[in-house]
Amino acid sequence: MCEAGTPNQFAQKLDNYIDSLTHKKENLIAVLHYAQEIYGYLPDNVQWHIAQKLDIPSATVYGVVSFYSFFTMIPRGEHVVNVCTGTACFVRGAEKLKEELENQLKIKAGETTPDNLFTLETLRCVGACGLAPVMIVDGKVHGRMQKPQDINEVLAKYRPEG
Amino acid sequence: MDIQLTINDIALKVPEGTTILEAARTVNIDIPTLCYLKLNEMHYNNNIASCRVCVVEIEGRRNLASSCSTPVSSGMVVRTDSLRAIQARRAMVELLLSDHPKSCLTCAKNQDCDLQSLASELGVRHISYEGDESEFEIDMSSSSIVRDPNKCIRCRRCETMCNEVQTVGVYSAVGRGFETVVKTAFDLPLSKTACTFCGQCIAVCPTGALTELDQVDKVWKALNDPNQFVVVQTAPAVRVALGEGFGLEPGTIVTGKMVAALRRLGFDRVFDTDFAADLTIMEEATELVHRIQHGGRLPLLTSCCPAWVKFFEHQFPDLLDIPSTCKSPHEMLGVLIKSYYARTLGIDPKTITVVSVMPCVAKKYEAARPELSQGAETADVDIVITTRELARMIREASIHFDHLKDEEFDHPLGESTGASVIFGTTGGVLEAALRTAYEVLTGETLEKVEFEVLRGMNGLKEAVVPIAGRDYRAAVVHGLGNARTILEKIQAGESDYDVIEIMACPGGCIGGGGQPYHHGNLEILSARAEGLYREDRSKPLRKSHENPAIIGLYKDYLGEPYGERAHKLLHTSYVARKKI
Repeated sequence: MCEAGTPNQFAQKLDNYIDSLTHKKENLIAVLHYAQEIYGYLPDNVQWHIAQKLDIPSATVYGVVSFYSFFTMIPRGEHVVNVCTGTACFVRGAEKLKEELENQLKIKAGETTPDNLFTLETLRCVGACGLAPVMIVDGKVHGRMQKPQDINEVLAKYRPEG
Repeated sequence: MDIQLTINDIALKVPEGTTILEAARTVNIDIPTLCYLKLNEMHYNNNIASCRVCVVEIEGRRNLASSCSTPVSSGMVVRTDSLRAIQARRAMVELLLSDHPKSCLTCAKNQDCDLQSLASELGVRHISYEGDESEFEIDMSSSSIVRDPNKCIRCRRCETMCNEVQTVGVYSAVGRGFETVVKTAFDLPLSKTACTFCGQCIAVCPTGALTELDQVDKVWKALNDPNQFVVVQTAPAVRVALGEGFGLEPGTIVTGKMVAALRRLGFDRVFDTDFAADLTIMEEATELVHRIQHGGRLPLLTSCCPAWVKFFEHQFPDLLDIPSTCKSPHEMLGVLIKSYYARTLGIDPKTITVVSVMPCVAKKYEAARPELSQGAETADVDIVITTRELARMIREASIHFDHLKDEEFDHPLGESTGASVIFGTTGGVLEAALRTAYEVLTGETLEKVEFEVLRGMNGLKEAVVPIAGRDYRAAVVHGLGNARTILEKIQAGESDYDVIEIMACPGGCIGGGGQPYHHGNLEILSARAEGLYREDRSKPLRKSHENPAIIGLYKDYLGEPYGERAHKLLHTSYVARKKI
């Protein structure tokens, strides 16, 4: 999920983005989104840096990051697999889908595979209720994920060839 | 525009925007609250409606409403005492208790806890809910504050205090749902954050989640060690608050009883931090004159308050050269006890234990600062306890405080003037400094010693005082948010003050984080301040430079104010710290 580049380039890019904002404090969540896009996750030092740039307490930044399930403070795999656990998906078998993914990836939700290829997470309704149950891989929604075979096929697309 | 409504069949009119809770109070109807806390004088308002204890029934509404956050509307019919409201309140407290340790008997807040009082008032006799109990590590990393998140009820009073009043921002609600708890950034121990240890979070915490690091047993141990000569000193603000621990009215002056109690506890000498406050005036006033005469940087900022010192070290590391280099009064007295007084007695300073009784929890941290052990062979001050801890020691020793006969402090480090007594309230240090500066610089007697304009709870107080042909521009701020505002002006070059008194706690030391709990009643603070001004008026000497023991100390030992020995013993330096 993260971009390629050196830590200095990341920091510069993030600073440029923050500098371009007219309202800084008010845009904390947008800045965190942007930072997570660059770094792939939000380590303590990045949160601290954002707090200094936006002139808000770092505890406040940490509080916001900890509140939203979208934000993560641990590094994630190359591909992030999310299972929607919203009401519609829940009713149509989100729990089974999650268990099947845990079986196939051999990790629990919230963990990353040892080869660093997949991270499995859950999130709340993504608004694709008509396709329930859905899984989202790197932002792309895959619907009606009920058969183990279908799930396997989706995952296969993200595995390196051979 | 006034709004008409009915509460419990009483018709009333209140201004638009008033909450149901406030409206009810105007007609003497009390609605129980827990998370809600409004302290107008401090511009503090915690009305996040998280605890739901203040719910009331409103005619025509399906759900109960939290009265602390619901504004009145025209024709509203409210019932605060319906069975449904009472049962809901009790259920809320039961839910809170279901995830709260049941260790009330051994909790530091036993009998001083808002949650405990509420459970009692609402007649909670059993807890109907069983469920998970949170498990968090207790943070004992600092020398001042103990955080036990297991006792946190997520009212966020501490967060509002730290973020909005003090602008330090150490706390935030972290996580979501059942996991939510108030934490520091990145879950760091408090000692690794920009916490100033002002203790205002402790002052507003309704439970035992935030308390001072208890040092009472360390004091008992020293008192029972036959090889230790144990000397105690008491800060100005303690003598007008300690009585509250024994049911006396706030502001009652208990100086004599306190001294008597300290002797009964077994202290070898009972000295007064007020003596060192007079000494601080001598040093700080001389430092100010020195800066003015030698083109030094202005304004001079007072440095008596350790929480304020840590605040500027973290938040304004570029301004480290403007605060006075004076140590705080109790540190000055500590170093003098272990040098000057030890020499007088002919005893080894290593066998002296200095205990400070302070209205403050930051003083505990201050005494542990590494640079404050220079000058004497051991730390200036060995143990710091708060007003609350002293009250407890007196109770532990079964001393009938109220029946004690007044006693006097020991000489010579117990002598003080009225100027030093008022150090304990906002504006007092500057008022004391002006009394001395005026007389020293003009050689004339100052007839009216009271500077009324510097007194009271206003966040910023200013005065221009003409002395010997020069206008001295002085300001007083209290509360770290007000300190930030004035420091930002200094940073921007928009300040023309010569001297500024800054105290971290709103109200100054009378409102310190180590004082008996005010439970939201700030009239207690005003009563304490009034007590100090009464004590000042009753003193035969009211100007620091007239203190005969101070004059003697300079003559026999220190030499000149702000001179070489004074520098070595009574002055200190500051370090730049990171903002976390």
